[in-house]
Amino acid sequence: MFPKRFIDFPDWNVGNPFLDFERMRRDMNRLAEGFRSGLPSFSTAGVFPLTNVTEDNNNYYVRAELPGMNTEDIEISATDSSLSISGQRIIPEEGDHVRYHRREREAGKFSRMISLPGSVDTDKVEASFMDGILKIVLPKSEAIKPKQIEVK
Amino acid sequence: MLRGEGLPMTDINKKEIQAREKKDVSTPEQTKPGLLFTPAVDIFENDQELTVVADLPGVKPQNLEIDLRKDTLSIIGDVESPEGPGETDHIREFRTGRFFRQFTLSEVVDQNKIEASLKNGVLRLRLPKVEKAVPRKIAVQAG
Repeated sequence: MFPKRFIDFPDWNVGNPFLDFERMRRDMNRLAEGFRSGLPSFSTAGVFPLTNVTEDNNNYYVRAELPGMNTEDIEISATDSSLSISGQRIIPEEGDHVRYHRREREAGKFSRMISLPGSVDTDKVEASFMDGILKIVLPKSEAIKPKQIEVK
Repeated sequence: MLRGEGLPMTDINKKEIQAREKKDVSTPEQTKPGLLFTPAVDIFENDQELTVVADLPGVKPQNLEIDLRKDTLSIIGDVESPEGPGETDHIREFRTGRFFRQFTLSEVVDQNKIEASLKNGVLRLRLPKVEKAVPRKIAVQAG
């Protein structure tokens, strides 16, 4: 690599002038992937954990992948229109005499805010954690629930 | 509340976790249609054994298959779609499908003593080394 002063790139580009191309290529791949699988390509908020939000007639559902978490290390709080998930994923030490070949699993703290599409009944929010997936069920407030209207 | 207090600030458990995209790596050639994901793994060894730890969120023990043929170890975990029938998407950041990863083991693993456990979506695989591969200290005789 050239010393920085030879090429007058801004700082963020010095390490790899091809970074933009790389990013472009990745975006194109993602787009192509979306077409191929028939699903719209989607982007994440870039905040851990990856989260899905769905709804049916009665509830909103929030699901997040948090493998290896302990329930006591997850903190959840809800207002009528938002949900916050935070915690710490701890990967314990494996002893002094281990040699790593790969270390891909990430540990650390996280904190995420999700705004809900409609208001919820905060007293009835329930969370469960199974097989490394956090699932939060947020019952919709009565006001926004769809009502069946009988035709007389 | 914070564990690991008193440890240096570089402690891995204290940094902010970065979100990583869960990327579909399926190819048209694969036999089972569907999405395919590569799980994150830690692999480490000490003198007695090799350990593989893999993140497999959503995999239930009955849907996990660990296959060892000759020296190839395969981890295959299927995730059933967690959504109920009436649910529609608002935010979708991850999809579910199959986790798949393959490793080549060296001869030193005692294939009959492999142990696996799955807890909270994390697989822990212990691969004990065969006796002869465990290094011994060799005393050097003076003289």
